[in-house]
Amino acid sequence: MIVVGEKINTSRKSIEEAVIRRDAAFIVETAKAQIDAGAAYIDVNAGSFVDGETEHLCWLVETVQGALDVPLCLDSPNPAALSEAMKRHRGEPMINSISLEEERFRELLPLVSSQPCHVVALCMSRTSMPTTVAERVDVASELVGKLSEKGIPREKIYVDPLVQPVAVDTQMGMSALNAIQEIMELFPGINTICGLSNVSFGLPERRLINRNFLVLAMAHDLSAAILDPTDNRLMAALYSTDMLLGRDEYCEKYIDVYQAGRLTGA
Amino acid sequence: MSELKSLEEAVLKGDIKAAVAETRKALDAGTDLQVILDEGLIGAMDEVGKRFSKGRIFVPQMLRSAKTMQECVNVIKPLFKEGDITPKGKVVIATVKGDLHDIGKNLVAMMMEGAGFAITDLGVDISPEAIVERTQAVGADIVALSALLSITMPAMPATVKALEAAGIRGQTKVMIGGAPVTERYAKEIRADSYAPDAASAVIEAKRLMGIS
Repeated sequence: MIVVGEKINTSRKSIEEAVIRRDAAFIVETAKAQIDAGAAYIDVNAGSFVDGETEHLCWLVETVQGALDVPLCLDSPNPAALSEAMKRHRGEPMINSISLEEERFRELLPLVSSQPCHVVALCMSRTSMPTTVAERVDVASELVGKLSEKGIPREKIYVDPLVQPVAVDTQMGMSALNAIQEIMELFPGINTICGLSNVSFGLPERRLINRNFLVLAMAHDLSAAILDPTDNRLMAALYSTDMLLGRDEYCEKYIDVYQAGRLTGA
Repeated sequence: MSELKSLEEAVLKGDIKAAVAETRKALDAGTDLQVILDEGLIGAMDEVGKRFSKGRIFVPQMLRSAKTMQECVNVIKPLFKEGDITPKGKVVIATVKGDLHDIGKNLVAMMMEGAGFAITDLGVDISPEAIVERTQAVGADIVALSALLSITMPAMPATVKALEAAGIRGQTKVMIGGAPVTERYAKEIRADSYAPDAASAVIEAKRLMGIS
């Protein structure tokens, strides 16, 4: 599993405040804690700023990479912000995300094909959010086709099936899960990725739901997730599931995290 | 009033079968249509909103009650004479241009309908011009706008300006909501109200209409 640490997002109050007062130490500390907990990428999102998103996102890129050697997941629906952030990023960033929405697609495609990067392909169609498995797979196929045409290798494409709340429609969980499986089978070598929190919108004890959804998604071949790696119980679920699915040779990682004391209380 | 108690209970529970049966029973007993609507159905949805706001019930329960109410309204609606139902207010609701998110907008529309407002739902990705046009056509008292992305939020002030330019801002109140939207943003763009969720959207809409 490729873990993308989600905590540096200005929709979280502590992060927003740290960005406003340019508290580099707090941001670096938040990034470091996530890397130590197993994150391969650090997500940076300054989307809560209607004005100044670009400037804040660039500051986040320079701040995290100024102190830590880690690739970032540049998280914004705004092509202008992504373009500037990419210029400041060292190594290959993950771009989160492109979709079929016309303006976003038109502006992001040249960007993601102009330099080596990983790209999240969000299953949002031109006119609506998908609800069925077939709709998700259709959008995914079109996106994968277009990204491949531009020479982006499958291993660098991460399809996000767009998880929607089960509170609104109880079939939404299965619809995303089956889409993940179908996309993984249809495009060998591709990655699938999702956030965990949408699924639990409108319900109590959301962390419990998110955690179980992660386990189910992994059983449906999800290969990457955007989550809080400092949540010990969540990561314990991730490591034990990886092992149970036969993806942890000699149960090495599972035992490692146990011996590091990170399974306590799970 | 007491004969509507079990109707109210059924709507609160979201028991469609029981609620429809109770509606028929009330009709057979000669209960006034407006009383069934106001006290039985809208009254129940009012309680649903309160319980949701307090965190005692959750989104699926709210949806279930709204659906139950809708089924009951379908039973009594044909019995009203044309123009007999006076809505609490006319609301035009839309997700703004460039934004395809509809879940929150749908929840708000459903709860407002449950509270007795007449809703015109324009859908997602709706331009300021289209919103103005429909607002004029409907004679809406309230325009409710949703945005889930900070990059589509600027379509909100654009819509407010378009309503101003059309000269209908005086008679039409604007309320806004969506995950990145804040009270402060509502003030900045001169919207009349901000609502963080479906239940508070109903409370805000009533406040804007001068009903408590």
